Amino acid sequence: MSVDKETLVKVARLACLRLAAEKLEPLTDELNNILEWIETLNEVDTEAVAPMTSVVETDLRWRRDEVTDGDYAADVLANAPDVQYGFYAVPKVIE
Amino acid sequence: MSDPRTSGLIEGASGDWEIVIGLEIHAQVISQAKLFSGAATRFGAEPNSQVSLVDAAMPGMLPVINRECIRQAVRTGLALGAQINKYSVFDRKNYFYADLPQGYQISQYKQPIVGPGFVTIDLEDGTSKDIGIERLHLEQDAGKSMHDQHPDLTFVDLNRSGIALMEIVSKPDLSSPAEAGAYLKKIRTIVRYIGSCDGNMEQGSMRADVNVSVRRPGEGLGTRCEIKNVNSVRFVMQAIVYEASRQVDVLEAGGTIALETRLFDPQQGETRPMRSKEEAHDYRYFPDPDLLPLEFDDEFIAAARASLPELPDLKKARFEADFGLSPYNAEVLTAERQSADFYEELLEELAKLSGKPAKEVATRAANWVIGDLFGHLNKAAVAIADSPVSAARGAELLQLVDDGTLSGRMAKDVFEEMFASGRSASEIVAEKGLRQVSDSGELETIIDRVLADNPTQLEQYRAGKDKVLGFFVGQVMKATAGKANPKVVNELLAKKLKG
Amino acid sequence: MSDLRDLKIAEARDGLRRGEYTSRELTAAHIEAMAPARELNIFITETADQALVMAEAADKRLKAGPAPSLTGIPLAIKDLFCTKGVRTTAGSRMLDEFVPTYESTVSANLWADGAVMLGKTNMDEFAMGSSNENSYFGPVLNPWRAAGSKDNLVPGGSSGGSAAAVAAKVAMGALGSDTGGSIRQPAAFTGTVGLKPTYGRCSRWGMVAFASSLDQAGPITRDVRDAAIMLTSMASYDAQDSTSIERPVPDYEAALSGDIRGLKVGIPEEYRIDGMPPEIEALWLEGEAWLKDAGAEMVPISLPHTSYALPTYYIVAPAEASSNLARYDGVRYGFRKPGTGGSLSDMYEATRGEGFGAEVQRRILIGTYVLSAGYYDAYYLKAQKVRTCIAEDFRQAFESVDVILTPTAPSAAFALGAKSADPIAMYLNDVFTVPASLAGLPGISVPAGRSAEGLPLGLQIIGRAFDEESVIRSAGVLEAAAGFDARPENWWDSAK
Repeated sequence: MSVDKETLVKVARLACLRLAAEKLEPLTDELNNILEWIETLNEVDTEAVAPMTSVVETDLRWRRDEVTDGDYAADVLANAPDVQYGFYAVPKVIE
Repeated sequence: MSDPRTSGLIEGASGDWEIVIGLEIHAQVISQAKLFSGAATRFGAEPNSQVSLVDAAMPGMLPVINRECIRQAVRTGLALGAQINKYSVFDRKNYFYADLPQGYQISQYKQPIVGPGFVTIDLEDGTSKDIGIERLHLEQDAGKSMHDQHPDLTFVDLNRSGIALMEIVSKPDLSSPAEAGAYLKKIRTIVRYIGSCDGNMEQGSMRADVNVSVRRPGEGLGTRCEIKNVNSVRFVMQAIVYEASRQVDVLEAGGTIALETRLFDPQQGETRPMRSKEEAHDYRYFPDPDLLPLEFDDEFIAAARASLPELPDLKKARFEADFGLSPYNAEVLTAERQSADFYEELLEELAKLSGKPAKEVATRAANWVIGDLFGHLNKAAVAIADSPVSAARGAELLQLVDDGTLSGRMAKDVFEEMFASGRSASEIVAEKGLRQVSDSGELETIIDRVLADNPTQLEQYRAGKDKVLGFFVGQVMKATAGKANPKVVNELLAKKLKG
Repeated sequence: MSDLRDLKIAEARDGLRRGEYTSRELTAAHIEAMAPARELNIFITETADQALVMAEAADKRLKAGPAPSLTGIPLAIKDLFCTKGVRTTAGSRMLDEFVPTYESTVSANLWADGAVMLGKTNMDEFAMGSSNENSYFGPVLNPWRAAGSKDNLVPGGSSGGSAAAVAAKVAMGALGSDTGGSIRQPAAFTGTVGLKPTYGRCSRWGMVAFASSLDQAGPITRDVRDAAIMLTSMASYDAQDSTSIERPVPDYEAALSGDIRGLKVGIPEEYRIDGMPPEIEALWLEGEAWLKDAGAEMVPISLPHTSYALPTYYIVAPAEASSNLARYDGVRYGFRKPGTGGSLSDMYEATRGEGFGAEVQRRILIGTYVLSAGYYDAYYLKAQKVRTCIAEDFRQAFESVDVILTPTAPSAAFALGAKSADPIAMYLNDVFTVPASLAGLPGISVPAGRSAEGLPLGLQIIGRAFDEESVIRSAGVLEAAAGFDARPENWWDSAK
């Protein structure tokens, strides 16, 4: 599988990254090199192999249903680029 | 022409079209804390106050799952007669939105906690239909975006961010707006019964994404449109009617339906494409590496099952079988668990007071609860849990009628007073000296006087004007200040007039 | 007071208790060394004032009675760990001005034990890199230079600043993080000891995430004993991290018995890769000899899927990163750039397009691609299956051996810019470290020799999950046998 410029643009949009036009060509080549390299995995027969879910053998821990956190809006907003009336503010979204 | 709301058929210029509907219901789990954080879930708090560092997706923050949310999902799955998956996986659903702090939603994709099940809905024509449930999974809610607070900005509040939702996905088994409405109501009834969701659609703790397509009868499924976040049963039905007609119009004009996400505008009563969702999404689901697979044993499921109350369908069947209630009465009384509980308590009390088997007084009690009590509660917008008239006092009132102390008419007045003051029927009866006069000797004296006082009317009656009987009854009631037992008065009058 | 900087943590611990010097003096000596070391670009943020306050508190604690080993020891912290009230950048423009309101569990554990924070060290952006050239704050220079050369070398990455801090003796020890080799490889490049614990041994809470299933915090120190001391403090069970493991933390220092008689050491044939420099091969053989002399038994083993480890890693890690880094959107914290169109998505694209550097963007693109519809099974799912094979290789090997000995990196430190043009050449740096990362196993790099140019070379010991003790014990023996005591010349301090 190889990536063309259009695919790269699509992927960049999915990732919300604006790529400069002059970067598309070299980046496409780079990605193709990397993809070609990682495709060596196809040599491995994984027919009967389960995908890794966790490297450590343990059970998912469950929390008790108690309110133990929150109630510090100031902390939550402390690093925000734009705060208005206790809300995060972003460019207007039209639904 | 049939009504498409119930028939699910749209008569187009070129023939009939069927509507095919599937619902994805998002039900907020009742829990103290969020799905993956310890922040509170209360409704209506100050903006961004019920937000933990985890909910705000600060760098390095990690999710830890809330046991109660797992338990509630399993209970709901059991109530839907669904398969419970002892092994399920949390995935990340990746997309960007201002109120989605992580840039992904933790959800369940290929391996949900609950698999296939079904619910039975009752239709207006008296039949019922099984609607397939495809799955139920747990996921995080997003925050809330407000677009109307500022001319150039959208405001984001993360209080909802991370609250546990159950997404209940139906099969496309719904074939009319009425069925969709009945299904939504049924799911709401079930989750409220078992206490896994408060079903409050106004506050957004329950909302539905509606998938609508149309097709020629007998043909395969058409392309569907998804109407996002519809927040009332009525709107769901309106949105389907509008959307199906729109699709028929497009198709009949030779167009094609685009697979898209739309928004229902209740003011205009129409759906329109969502601009913010224009791009086809590729959510890049993959198992969340911050979480391990979710596993539990049969014991956990058994405990969840043991915690379930009697479910509405079973309760309704029992009310019909044990109490001889009509399907309608049984349906209305079991629509809410609190109503059913109230009714059963009242019935038990009434049986005790009257010394009669419950079945004998059940229908009378049901009619009173549904007619008188519900009527008043609705008018006063009071929930049954807050009813000023308790079940025991309701039973007492009914018993006063049954033992002849109060006439039906008097009982209505007494109930009004009970509802307004919260006092018991016996108190009111004692205070006002209300006691129905059924003594025939006493009544005969009064009747004789009324007949003597109204010779003209007596003449008319004897000449064949039967209607005058009502006049005499009225006069007797007036003379007794409404306390005369109408049944006895009628009997005595008939006898006297004949003689 | 430069002699204070020659002390190892264990020595300073004893000296502090004997009252030979105070933590304040020890800390001041290191702060003094930080100024000339700016030439090396080790720190993104220096916290000298805070360090002195912490040192004074440590001195009080030492005076009051028994105190933990790290009390009063000045340390450097990789800027990947969130530190309350202290800017935490992850080496990125995206977090240039980010000041956490919380403290990572691992650093909190160190402070609870009385350690002193000197500052936050430079690193490859979001821990993505093997040379520390991917930092928004500029590259870190390796304190080491080839004999007779004035050319600058990379310190390795991504914990390059932490490794350089220890090598240049501006910190007694440093906190690093390892996703595919980010502690072990820079340790090998700088003649320091770098220990990556078992996945789940140290909490990831408050550590800026790169690849969640691989990231693990660990120490970089001057010797194995110091690494053991630091790990004992850092490791804990943390209920806030679902992947943290609830098991007791042993006193890792006690594992340094020096006795490895009867220990079975696996030598994996697949690690003899094509083009491995002869001096690396020779060092590896020397390592075998040292361990054999100490009474261990060498056992040839096979880890058949070794050559697939790097490609597997370069699917799994970018995939997780593409999702982990989605939160950097300019809404709640960090860099924000309004887009030209003025819409929310314009802002996202501009913010992320300018806030992330080239390598981070490259990996986000790869990760996004391998997870996207139609490619998930071919790439991501396939990689997770091969990952199972790799873990299974180790599991089988550990049925017959106790630890595994390999080189840490395929070369010594290289020149700045030498591999910048070729991502894959850069990725190959981690060829020996990535397999243990994928299997979640503990690994340590010990400086064991020098290249022909006089640069440090490291050997790696990999152990069973949660058997850091065997790893530390055998590393201690290796270290003693190698007797590596060379230090870089202090060329950066012109005043000296």
